[in-house]
Amino acid sequence: MDVKLTINGEEKSASVPPETTLLRLLREEFNLTGAKIGCDVGDCGACTVIVDGIATNSCLMLAGQVQGRSIETIEGLANMDDYHPLQKNFEDLGSLQCGFCGPGIILSAKQLLDDNPDPNKEEIQDALAGNLCRCTGYTKIVEAVADAAREMRGNREAA
Amino acid sequence: MKFGIGQPVTRKEDPKFLTGRGRYVDDIELPNMTHGYVLRSIHANAIINSIDVNSAKNSPGVISVLTGEDYAADEIGSITCDSINPMLSKGEPQLRPHPALIKDAVKCVGAPVAFVVAETLVQAKDAAELIQIDYEILPSVTSVLSVREKDTPIVWEGTENNISFTFGIGNEGDVAEAMKNARHITKATIVNNRITTNSMEPRSSIGAYNKGEDKLTLYSSNQSPNRVRSELAHTILHIPENKLQVISPDVGGGFGMKGGFYGEDVLVLWASRKLGRPVKWTSERLESFVTDSHARDVVADCEMVFDADGKVTGLRVSADYSVGAYVAPSGGISPMFFTLLLSGVYAIPAISVVTRCQFTNTISTAPYRGAGRPEAAFVLERLMDMAAQELGTDPVELRRKNMIKSDQMPYQTALMHAYDSGEFEQIMDEAVEKSEWHSFQSRREKSKIGGKIRGIGLASYLEGAAPFNERMEIRFDPGGDVTIVAGTHSHGQGHETVYSQMVSEFLGVPFESIRLIQGDTDKVAMGRGTVGSRSMTVGGSALHLAAEEIIEKGKKIAGHLLEAGETDIEFDSGVFSVAGTDKQINIVEVAKSSYTLVMWPPHLGMGLEGIGTFNPGMGNFPNGCQIAEVEIDPETGKVELVNLVIVGDVGTVINPLLLEGQIHGGITQGVGQATLENIVYEGKSGQLLSASFQDYTMPRADDLPLYDVSSHPVPTTTNPLGVKGAGETGTVGAPAAVLNAIVNALSSVGVKDIEMPATSEKVWQALQNAA
Ligand code: FES
Ligand code: FES
Repeated sequence: MDVKLTINGEEKSASVPPETTLLRLLREEFNLTGAKIGCDVGDCGACTVIVDGIATNSCLMLAGQVQGRSIETIEGLANMDDYHPLQKNFEDLGSLQCGFCGPGIILSAKQLLDDNPDPNKEEIQDALAGNLCRCTGYTKIVEAVADAAREMRGNREAA
Repeated sequence: MKFGIGQPVTRKEDPKFLTGRGRYVDDIELPNMTHGYVLRSIHANAIINSIDVNSAKNSPGVISVLTGEDYAADEIGSITCDSINPMLSKGEPQLRPHPALIKDAVKCVGAPVAFVVAETLVQAKDAAELIQIDYEILPSVTSVLSVREKDTPIVWEGTENNISFTFGIGNEGDVAEAMKNARHITKATIVNNRITTNSMEPRSSIGAYNKGEDKLTLYSSNQSPNRVRSELAHTILHIPENKLQVISPDVGGGFGMKGGFYGEDVLVLWASRKLGRPVKWTSERLESFVTDSHARDVVADCEMVFDADGKVTGLRVSADYSVGAYVAPSGGISPMFFTLLLSGVYAIPAISVVTRCQFTNTISTAPYRGAGRPEAAFVLERLMDMAAQELGTDPVELRRKNMIKSDQMPYQTALMHAYDSGEFEQIMDEAVEKSEWHSFQSRREKSKIGGKIRGIGLASYLEGAAPFNERMEIRFDPGGDVTIVAGTHSHGQGHETVYSQMVSEFLGVPFESIRLIQGDTDKVAMGRGTVGSRSMTVGGSALHLAAEEIIEKGKKIAGHLLEAGETDIEFDSGVFSVAGTDKQINIVEVAKSSYTLVMWPPHLGMGLEGIGTFNPGMGNFPNGCQIAEVEIDPETGKVELVNLVIVGDVGTVINPLLLEGQIHGGITQGVGQATLENIVYEGKSGQLLSASFQDYTMPRADDLPLYDVSSHPVPTTTNPLGVKGAGETGTVGAPAAVLNAIVNALSSVGVKDIEMPATSEKVWQALQNAA
């Protein structure tokens, strides 16, 4: 099966067996290994990417379903020198530990902030409830998302 | 110093993780790589009459199908437990070494019986379905409670009981004497339920054989690559250690569960050597539940003896600890810590402990964050609360009466350990204050008005940390930058950051100029990896000694460069100077000069580097107090953790930012056990019922309050930095604090006790039964 899609702004195509998930397509065909296989059945959020603006468990979506659609992955969010405010605040608070859940959590948080620039603590916790993290206890993650939201609001007002 | 010891420095490792460039084993793709799939037993106890792999071998894409016969024919060694403490062990341990592919009889669901290697994973799985196995099913026992019953099935036929090994310590005579004079004895059977680690990264291994060099390389998600190399080379593969390289790259959480090697590491190496191609195996989540070592699972009959003043005069614990069907290499560790730490923060003159480690038809148990220490703390802290209830005293005051006081340090317990330092009472008082313990009643009233039941509970606890000696290297390169070669292994702890802080403080070199190498046995000469909260203590102290060696060498070189005698050279904050003069030179310049090509005095050697080894002896004793407050909705049984205070003593704090993260994560795993997590095998069939994140629930972002964390450092005297272990302390205290809070809430409406995990269903049922 041939798939054509846009990943992080670039047009891509691949030829894969029909049972290939979007997660495996990204990891195995395009070497984008930021999205992780934590459970492969939709329970952990480690595989989260953004599909047409919606944070999605890429392990639950088949390659065929993303034909012509636009995907954002952690690799596209920023490069090493130029952080997204979420990445910056995660770093400031030491929010991650082993890092495995990080790409998924950051993308879930990004969608939250894209939709709701001023979330309260409960809304942040809610938005991240689909992403399991075994290392951190979430405290610093929730705080970093709140800080990033504040920073982004500040940036918008300044602009 | 901005990046020195004690500063909240952000993490050097973050850029790669935040941008998705972490590289875990499953992210590695080697040329010409094949994929392995393990076919596992579907029965808890069965004899294998026959295995037919013919159609699997002919299935598309299949390269090889290996069974226990092949394993035996190739004389690959068996996996065995090497962690039985001889000082505690009573009688001859029965350890049941087992191959990585089982041939004759399987003893638990998930036991590996065949390894299929194919061009793709899908092909390997399809082929595995074609393997025919004729099993003869035998009765099985999976719960440690059932093991205690008469007529329980025997896991290993031909033996009288299910005991694998027994640990015992203490003085039974003294305890019996205390009992005779007792005013009150609190008796209870305390159950610590079985749980599993669930690191977010499933285990993954790649074996790669280089025929030209006759060398094997293992990429494996584990915490102790050098230990894994030794064990695999000597006892399993029978090859020289220098013919095996173990690389443990980024690891997505370990928590002890990835402390040693697993059978799959053996399988990928063996298959790769046979087939001449790299072989990758990655655990599926279901497989992680079934085959990762589990933890806790101990039931203890306890008697705590009190005199008329409310002083504990004796403690007897007789426990059964499940070790699974096959004793894991580290299977002796958790029962050992459990047995040794039953004095906790209390001055108990007479203690007697017997821990029988029992076979069950389950996967092995092995260390998981805390490893025996949470179990010991749970016993003591549940007993304290029960006793306070029975004696009608305040739980804080009962603890205070029995705590070891700071002026009693060093304190020799009635068990093996002597504690060097600790201010248990002060720490408890701080926690009590922060939790607003004394105004709890008014919060309880308020909850009651809202139809909720409120409870508060505390746990004062202590653990033993930092086992084994360690080796660290610091070296300058000819450009003057610094490399640390660590025998420890960071998999989320942020070692590159904290070690850089230390070295930048010890040597006065720029934080940015320091890089960490770890996790590759071709680069790290020796090291014991990261387990048991040891890295800051043992690794950090070894690093300190390596830095001292560099300063000593540097003095010689500086003396030469400054034309002064070595004994006149002083070192301070990165600068060597001649005493009493303004002649000085920076350590970086000294390092660069040490590589001078010509006209360099022979006695100064080449380069500037130091190696430090540190032996922690009996280690140190991190401790703390946690106070949990819960609110229960009687309509649904849902327990909400509304507050959790922790005051902890981890000695000198290197990086408060990262320390907080360790504490948060540790507490959360403990809260998980107390309220949500439980491994359940179906009694009759021995099938694992809790084998997905749907059935085995873990704390999520919306389940938790923001914790109130603070430090009360009492530097240890057992290492030059004063650091105590920090990685596990959160987990050690949390289950007891949270469960005590839940029992406190429930007892206000007539429920006496509840076992972990206090799930909504269980709490609701208990409330119905009491009504
Ligand atoms: S891997 Fe997709 S949700 Fe877990
Ligand atoms: S940081 Fe390890 S799972 Fe989240």
